[in-house]
Amino acid sequence: MQQVDHLTTTPEAPPRGSSGAFVWVRKNLFGSIFSSILTLVICGLIIWFVPSLVEWALIKAVWPGAGADACRAASGEGACWAVIGDKWRLIIFGRYPFDEHWRPTLAMLVLMGTVLVSCDRRFWSARLIVVWILGMLVFLWLMGGGFGLTSVPTGLWGGLPLTMMLAFFGMVVAFPLAILLALGRRSSLPLIKVVSVVYIELIRGVPLISLLFMGSFLLPLFMPAGTTIDAVLRAQIAIILFQAAYLAETIRGGLQALPKGQSEAADALALGYWKTQLLIVLPQALKISIPPIVGSLISLFKDTSLVAIVSLSDLLLSMRQAMGDPVWRPFFVEAFLFIMLIYWAFCFSMSKYSQYLERTLETGHRRR
Amino acid sequence: MAAVAFHKKDSTPAPSATPMVTLEGVNKWYGQFHVLRDVNLTVKRGERFVICGPSGSGKSTMIRCINRLEEHQKGRITVDGTPLTEDVRNIEAVRREVGMVFQQFNLFPHLTVLQNCTLAPIWVRKMPKKEAEEMAMTYLKRVRIPEQANKFPGQLSGGQQQRVAIARALCMRPKVMLFDEPTSALDPEMVKEVLDVMVELAREGMTMMCVTHEMGFARQVADSVIFMDRGEIVEQAPPAEFFKNPKSERTRAFLGQVLAH
Ligand SMILES: Nc1ncnc2c1ncn2[C@@H]1O[C@H](COP(=O)(O)OP(=O)(O)OP(=O)(O)O)[C@@H](O)[C@H]1O
Ligand SMILES: [Mg+2]
Repeated sequence: MQQVDHLTTTPEAPPRGSSGAFVWVRKNLFGSIFSSILTLVICGLIIWFVPSLVEWALIKAVWPGAGADACRAASGEGACWAVIGDKWRLIIFGRYPFDEHWRPTLAMLVLMGTVLVSCDRRFWSARLIVVWILGMLVFLWLMGGGFGLTSVPTGLWGGLPLTMMLAFFGMVVAFPLAILLALGRRSSLPLIKVVSVVYIELIRGVPLISLLFMGSFLLPLFMPAGTTIDAVLRAQIAIILFQAAYLAETIRGGLQALPKGQSEAADALALGYWKTQLLIVLPQALKISIPPIVGSLISLFKDTSLVAIVSLSDLLLSMRQAMGDPVWRPFFVEAFLFIMLIYWAFCFSMSKYSQYLERTLETGHRRR
Repeated sequence: MAAVAFHKKDSTPAPSATPMVTLEGVNKWYGQFHVLRDVNLTVKRGERFVICGPSGSGKSTMIRCINRLEEHQKGRITVDGTPLTEDVRNIEAVRREVGMVFQQFNLFPHLTVLQNCTLAPIWVRKMPKKEAEEMAMTYLKRVRIPEQANKFPGQLSGGQQQRVAIARALCMRPKVMLFDEPTSALDPEMVKEVLDVMVELAREGMTMMCVTHEMGFARQVADSVIFMDRGEIVEQAPPAEFFKNPKSERTRAFLGQVLAH
């Protein structure tokens, strides 16, 4: 047995000189010759670059409200934010009927609300499934119409609502599929195992673009003549199938991290396969894999821009279409920066959320 | 002793004649490795068996075959009249009647102590939640930790966790309890609190099979002590005889080691 000594010394303060701004700078910025050079180079770049950026983006910029002529006058010296003032609705909503823009706005709010609710750990339960089904139905109703709203064909959907739909629906519908695939890959039934492995490895082996192409050009060939599947639906299905394969591998990582004793204890209590998975294994495995799951949502959000290849006007393409206007065409960069900011805002918040989760889940796991 | 018995149905301390667990010619291999060799064993209702033997002798494997955590390849295992076969219904029927306590506790860390105890009664026995919670509280009282009911396993000491694990198994009202080295992962000062609970359980007539090196426990409660080595049952005898004059040389060597300290 180990000897346990009682503390005989009183706690001491850390030695002087190990903290303070000067010490920090010396240690972290000028710790070696190499890091000193690096510090100087980076400072030089900042001093050279930042003032001209501020001048271009703020001081000499042409703000919304001004016309294209003012922009042309400031061309090369100041940013033309006026282009966004003029085109933002076209960029955000694409070709969606102008007078109905309140509908995609509301639809996006509903979707964001559903996403935000899902972010709160207190709501992590089976009820979330109901919330998502309702949220998705309301979104589709607002976008597509029917039941008192004028119908808007999917061919006119575009911009941010389409991007959000492809990413979030893709994620949410892929999730249960991914769980089944991940469980299937670890199944003791050979047929189920083989099917899961083949599916996951096939899909992971090809780029998303090729799946989108397949959906658009090959799938109709196999369909009975006369039947057509909506282009948006085809892209959405391709994204779901793609995402399911990647998520399955992420979830499998979580399943593998779980000690074997957990499922043994559940077996010993006669819980049976499905109850063991649902009540014991998945709640723990998913908790472990949430940070990588959010990571894959970030990739997916950006990857949705690939649907432009099958002529869907997601945010990126609708911006390019909006910039087809010859009057504003020279101010492409500003419009680009605008949608980059939108992409960045989404991905950055997801990334922050993932970091927050990692922190709380880590302690949560140790304590629980 | 407290008023609530651990086990109401079979609280007759004297072993009766019906066999609870029988192993007949059980053999098991891990690949080429012959881990159980022709094991024969009969545990009657209310009997308490202690199984000991050197590391790697197949004690865990044998006890885990009884609730099919491991599959045997040859021979017959019967639990309370139900033969363990490929049939999933038989396996689940057996598991419902067999409680198991693991060396590493294996509590569910994402559930509270109370939820750990009520999970199987609610989902397997279809017991109403309220009734399951009341029953769980009686068992938690019996293992002397009712005040921890709403904590998570990670907040308890090892000894407390193992007592929760015992309560969790008892909540299924099992006919047999299997213990696989329940005190080996515990700090020495916590061993006694777990052994006390086990002794009490034995006194109330629970059929028990314990893999353990706690020879004091074996002397105190066992009806029969089994010595296993290299996958075989080398010797089986009542504790008095087992400890006083072991027949086999291997048993003597093992006892020499275990009792030396
Ligand atoms: N899954 C497995 N695959 C291969 N060999 C195994 C497996 N599990 C156990 N063994 C081997 O089978 C033998 C018996 O293992 P078992 O765990 O039953 O021994 P034990 O008597 O419980 O030992 P201990 O006192 O160390 O717990 C050991 O030699 C072990 O290495
Ligand atoms: Mg063992």
